[in-house]
Amino acid sequence: MASTNTASKLTQREAFSPNGKSVSSPKRWDLITIEHLSTDIILHLLERSDYYVEFLQGAGPFQKWKLLEGRTIANLFFEPSTRTRTSFELAERRLGADVTTLTPAVSSLTKGESVLDTVHVLESMKVDAFVVRHAVAGVPQFLSERLPSHVHVINAGDGVHEHPTQALLDAAELRSALGNLSGKQIAIVGDILHSRVARSNAWLLKKLGATVTFVAPETLLPRGAASVFGVEATNRLDDVLGMADAIMMLRIQLERQARGFFPNLEEYREQYGMTPERMARSNAYIMHPGPINHGTELEMESAYGARSLVLQQVKRGVAVRMAVMEWIFN
Amino acid sequence: MHLLLRNIHIVDPSISLDETGIDLEIKGGIIARIGRGLESDALVRDLGGAVVAPGFFDMHVHLREPGQENKETIASGLEAAMAGGFTGVCCMPNTAPPISDPYVVSYIKEKAAGHLVELAICGTMTKARQGEELAPIASLANAGVRMISDDGSAVKSAEVMRRVFEYAKMFDLLVTQHCEEHSMTAGAAINEGRVSTKLGIPGWPSVAEEIIIARDILLAEYVGGVRYHAAHVSTKGGVRMVREAKARGLAVSCEVTPHHFTLTDEAVETHGTMAKMCPPLRTQEDVDAIMEGLRDGTIDAIATDHAPHALHEKETDIVSAAFGIIGLETAIPLGLSFLVKKGRLSLSQYIERSSLAPRRLLGLPSVAIKQGERANLTIFDPEKKWRFESKDIRSKSHNTPFIGTEFTGKVVGVVAKGNAYFNES
Ligand SMILES: [Zn+2]
Repeated sequence: MASTNTASKLTQREAFSPNGKSVSSPKRWDLITIEHLSTDIILHLLERSDYYVEFLQGAGPFQKWKLLEGRTIANLFFEPSTRTRTSFELAERRLGADVTTLTPAVSSLTKGESVLDTVHVLESMKVDAFVVRHAVAGVPQFLSERLPSHVHVINAGDGVHEHPTQALLDAAELRSALGNLSGKQIAIVGDILHSRVARSNAWLLKKLGATVTFVAPETLLPRGAASVFGVEATNRLDDVLGMADAIMMLRIQLERQARGFFPNLEEYREQYGMTPERMARSNAYIMHPGPINHGTELEMESAYGARSLVLQQVKRGVAVRMAVMEWIFN
Repeated sequence: MHLLLRNIHIVDPSISLDETGIDLEIKGGIIARIGRGLESDALVRDLGGAVVAPGFFDMHVHLREPGQENKETIASGLEAAMAGGFTGVCCMPNTAPPISDPYVVSYIKEKAAGHLVELAICGTMTKARQGEELAPIASLANAGVRMISDDGSAVKSAEVMRRVFEYAKMFDLLVTQHCEEHSMTAGAAINEGRVSTKLGIPGWPSVAEEIIIARDILLAEYVGGVRYHAAHVSTKGGVRMVREAKARGLAVSCEVTPHHFTLTDEAVETHGTMAKMCPPLRTQEDVDAIMEGLRDGTIDAIATDHAPHALHEKETDIVSAAFGIIGLETAIPLGLSFLVKKGRLSLSQYIERSSLAPRRLLGLPSVAIKQGERANLTIFDPEKKWRFESKDIRSKSHNTPFIGTEFTGKVVGVVAKGNAYFNES
C-alpha cells in the first residue's frame, strides 16, 4: 500500500507537525483507504478480481484455493451488514482461511477503546487479519496503528469515510461494462454527505482517469466536496442524464442519517430518483451498492433491467475480496 | 527567602521596562533592589541573560477537582502550572459538583491554600450550568469568584443570557462565554471543512461559534455596562466581531489557546484524537486571523484551556474521544516558539497577553517589577532549544499532541508568594 506522507501537509505555511509523527500513513499490507492506495495496486487488484470472477462463474462445486490455509481471519462487524459480511466470509473461506465473525451489538462494546480490547484479545489468539466495519470514521486506521505489522487490517466500511472493497468492485464492474475508464463520465447520486461509498468511489474513479460528478441536494453535499475530491458537483440529476456513461445511485436513509436534510421521499424521488422517465432519457449503466429502496432511488424494472450492473456488483464482491486477501497475504 | 537573580533581561510592559544585564534582589518576597552589578550575601543565581517578566497568568484551566480527581487535582494542576511558568491560574467551574455554590468555592480555596501558584476561581453563571436559572451570582462573588461562565456549554437562551449580563453587571464580574451554538454541533468532532469532508467525520462549523459571539455582543451592548469575554476564540469571524465591538467602545475581550494559534484541523490526520478540541482546530485562514488579532490587541489574552483527560478517553475513536488537551506545560514554549521567535509578537506584547491582560480582566492586582513590590515573576530562556517529553509532565494526565516537539524557549522558573521554583535546566 502506498504510504503517502500526510505529515508533510502539516508543515505548509504556519501549521506544523508537532513531532513529525505521521500516524495516518497506513502500514504497507493493510487496506484502509482508496485515497492512499496507488493506481498500480488498484489495477493489480482489479485484474486479479477478473481472474477470480471467471473461476467463480464455473458451474458445479469447485475446489478451495489453499492460499490462506493456516491463516485465521476475524471479521468484526460493529455495524450490521449482511451482504458485505457474507461476501468477506465467502472470499476468506474459498481461499482456505479459518474464519471467525463477531457482530457485537451492545453499544458499550463498539466504543473505540473496547474495540481495541477485543482486537488485542483476538490477536493474542493468533488472528492474522481483521476485517473491520465500524460506524465511526477512522476506526480501522486506529486499530492498524496499534497492531504489530504482521497483523493486517482491512476496512470493510468506516463511518462515512471509506469503503475500499466496494469501490474496487464497482470499478471492476464498470471496467467490464465500459472498458478503460479514462475519460468516462460517472455520476454518483444521492446522499453524498453520509456516504463512504461515494468517497471511496470518487478517489478510485479519479485515479483511473474518469470524470466524476456528485449529484445531490445542497443539504447532502459536504462542504468543499468538489475541490476536496476533484470532482464536479450539481444539484440537478437532469443535467447529467445525457452525458453519463454510468450512474451510481446511493441508498437514501430518510429515517436515519438524512432526517432533516430533505422534506420527504416523494420530493426526493422527483428530483433524484432514476424514474422510468429519466431512464428513458439516458444510456448510462445503472449501479447501486444496495440495499435498494425500490421505488425511491430506482424502480425494480430498472434495478434488474438490461442496463443495470446491480447483480454483477454483488457477484464481483466475492472476487474482489479474494483478490484483496491474496494481495495482503502474498 | 533571600535571592539575587544575576544577569537577567527584565521586561515589564506595564512600566515600559526592557533592559538587559540587570541584577534583581528579592528579600522576604519583596523586590529589594534592581540594578547592575549588585553585591549581596543572598543566594546568587546566574540566569545567563534569561527574561524575567511579571508572573504569567492562565485565565482558563480545568483542574477537575472536585469530581474527577483521576484526571487532575488542584494540587497536581498547580504543580503543572508552576513548572509551566505560571504564578496564577483561574479554574473553570465544570467540575462535579460544578462551582455553582459558595461552599464549592471554599473547598477549592482550601485545597489551593499555601501553594506558590495563586488560584482564581470562575463560578457558573447559571445554576449547575443548566442554562436555565441564574446561579447565585451574588453569593459566588462574595465567596471570591473572579468571573462567571458555564464553560463547556454556551447559555442557549438569549433571554437567560440577557439576565446573566444584567445581574453580573452589579458585581462587575467578567462574564465569559464558551461560544457554541449547540443546535449546530451535536455529535461534531472536528472543524467542518475540507478535512471533515474528506475523512467523513461530523463537522463543527465555525459559524456556530460566531453566532454566539454576535448574539452576546448585541446583548452586552443592549444591557450596557457589562464586561463580556469570549473564551478560546477559534475563528476568523469571531476575531473580526470582537475587533469591531472594541472599536465601538464596548467592554468586550477574548482569549486564544496556544493550540489554536499553532495547529490547524489537518493535525487530525496525523494526531487523531489528540487533535480533537472544543472549539475544534480550524483552518489556516483562521490561524492567520488569530495571529493578526494577537498582534493588534483584538485578542487580549493567551489562555491554555488546560483539559486533562484519562488515557482511555483519548485512546478511542474520534467520536467517542474527549475534547481537549493539557496545556499548562507547553503554553510558554509554544508562545515563545511560534509568536516571539517568529517575530509575530514582540516580547512586550507577548508578556502583555500572558500576564498583564488576564490579571486586569479578572480584576486582580497588577504585579509590576519595581523596587518595593511583591516579587511575582516568570523567568524563561527564549533561546533555549529542547524537546518536550512525557517524563517532563507534572499534570496527572498526558493528553497532548506535543510530546516529542522541539521547542525554542523554555521556562526557567517562577517566583511568587515569597517562594521560588526553578526547573532543571
Ligand atoms: Zn470552553
